[in-house]
Amino acid sequence: MDASLKIVIVDESPVRAAILEEGLREAGFVNVVRIEGTAKLLARIYAIDPDVILIDLENPSRDVLEQMFQVSRIVKRPVAMFVDQADSASIQASVDAGVSAYIVDGLKKERIKSILDLCISRFNAFSRLQSELEQTKSALEERKVIDRAKGILMKAKKLSEEQAYALLRKTAMNENRKIADVAQSVITAAELFK
Amino acid sequence: MSDTRLRIGFIPLCDAAALIVAADKGFAEAEGLELELVREVSWSNVRDKLNIGLFDAAHLLAPVAIASSLGLGHVKVPIVAPFGLGVNGNAITVSPSLYAAIAKAAEGDILDPMVSARALARIIAERRRRGEEPLTFGMTFPFSTHNYHLRFWMAAGGIDPDEDVRLVVLPPPYMVESLASKQVDGFCVGAPWNSVAVDLGVGCILHFISEILSHAAEKVLAVRARWAEDNPDTLMRLVRAHQRAATYIEDAGNRAEVIAILAAPKRIDVDAEVISRTLDGRLKVTPDGKVRADERYLIIGRGGAARPDPVQAAWLYAQMVRWGQAPHSEQMLTSAKAVFRPDLFDAALGNKTVASVAPADGIGAFAGPAFDAHDVGAHLRAWAFKKQ
Repeated sequence: MDASLKIVIVDESPVRAAILEEGLREAGFVNVVRIEGTAKLLARIYAIDPDVILIDLENPSRDVLEQMFQVSRIVKRPVAMFVDQADSASIQASVDAGVSAYIVDGLKKERIKSILDLCISRFNAFSRLQSELEQTKSALEERKVIDRAKGILMKAKKLSEEQAYALLRKTAMNENRKIADVAQSVITAAELFK
Repeated sequence: MSDTRLRIGFIPLCDAAALIVAADKGFAEAEGLELELVREVSWSNVRDKLNIGLFDAAHLLAPVAIASSLGLGHVKVPIVAPFGLGVNGNAITVSPSLYAAIAKAAEGDILDPMVSARALARIIAERRRRGEEPLTFGMTFPFSTHNYHLRFWMAAGGIDPDEDVRLVVLPPPYMVESLASKQVDGFCVGAPWNSVAVDLGVGCILHFISEILSHAAEKVLAVRARWAEDNPDTLMRLVRAHQRAATYIEDAGNRAEVIAILAAPKRIDVDAEVISRTLDGRLKVTPDGKVRADERYLIIGRGGAARPDPVQAAWLYAQMVRWGQAPHSEQMLTSAKAVFRPDLFDAALGNKTVASVAPADGIGAFAGPAFDAHDVGAHLRAWAFKKQ
């Protein structure tokens, strides 16, 4: 581990970038800079002169970074993608997680292996959080739909709340559908009959 | 029999047309294939996902397929291209002010790439005398036709693309806004982005690439060499589906339907009218509505254009050597040529002789001697840098 390494994070999601930065700082890396926006990206990266650049794979600017592989007048220190030829599992894991790492040519791979591992786990944690959030959101939506359908049935068929729910559930089971889907049909039908 | 499922990466550009139509118009299904198209945001992603096997095949820049096979700039993964998705299709667009300056500095008709390149060289020299910043041009990837096309044109006019201008990589969707915000003075990119810049009034199309090289391999259908060996039958079916799609696209009678398929949100997702101009090769070139037509602007499958030609691979390798991206060796030249696989194309479709639309040397450059794929050294010597 090498706390002095200068790390740049290029991520279109500010939340994920913050999570990653926090993780790196916790791990003892003090030189972490987040870059936002796409304007003059390469110039801003050169000004920082990092040892390691981390970028999310949803970012079209990844191709901009590839220019740093070239030895040319506008590139100060050539950069290489972090690829351990012997360890294709690590590429697979980072692509799966949605992150890619670029390192200054000549930097020993083992010096940044821990950084990449940390990135992968933070990126995975972020997408888990995001999908949990999505699930919670859709569960809430479903609850609302079912409540509305219950209300419609209670009024139309003079049922108690429990009976209305039982009716939705029985119909869903008979038709092999989700309760929320049946509830949505009830709402749609009720709107048509308005 | 259940269909063979394939995951294929693509970048939303008009030259992904054969792939998209193969998937969405039932040509793949007719071959027992189910294509899942994955829209990507960068060539690096397409390359990496193809290399590690997340994609079975990809819509790929021809030079990236070669660079990957030679291990240039990145991991070495042998790639083969059994089908050419497009010939030509790029254009060079500059800001209206640079366009006006080129027209003013030109000695002759700026439709002639030599006239425009020399005019640009004079503008660059004048800017240098006045101590102004060098002009900046955008292209899409270090290993891209766009990079080589811009360089070929500039150098023919006496401009050293590494010293006299700045060439920067920009993702195609950012090209137009970068031109509008004056971060770049011009760019070379594929369709539809040149037309988008003209429509927004921020750019003028200076040249179609077909005016610089009459026949330039652009994107290929790429698969890992290993995958091609392991799945010979699937590969044949994939190539056939693509050829049928390409033929369907080139039939003007299907134009409206093809455009609707391509313009869909999960595909290229741009205005249908812009795609229509591209396929017709009739482009609005200036914001005031001037139109230029060239039937060679983008060739999808016409005249055997989809059959991979190793001469194209040799020309692209020669550019890599010319601009310092690759060492010059006969062995690398052989490996580069071996990426383009007319034999696989023929195995799938039979070697039918069609009236080829390719020029005599396979390339048809606007300047310099004819290209000889067996003697890349001659090409490099002819173009050894000469400042005017």
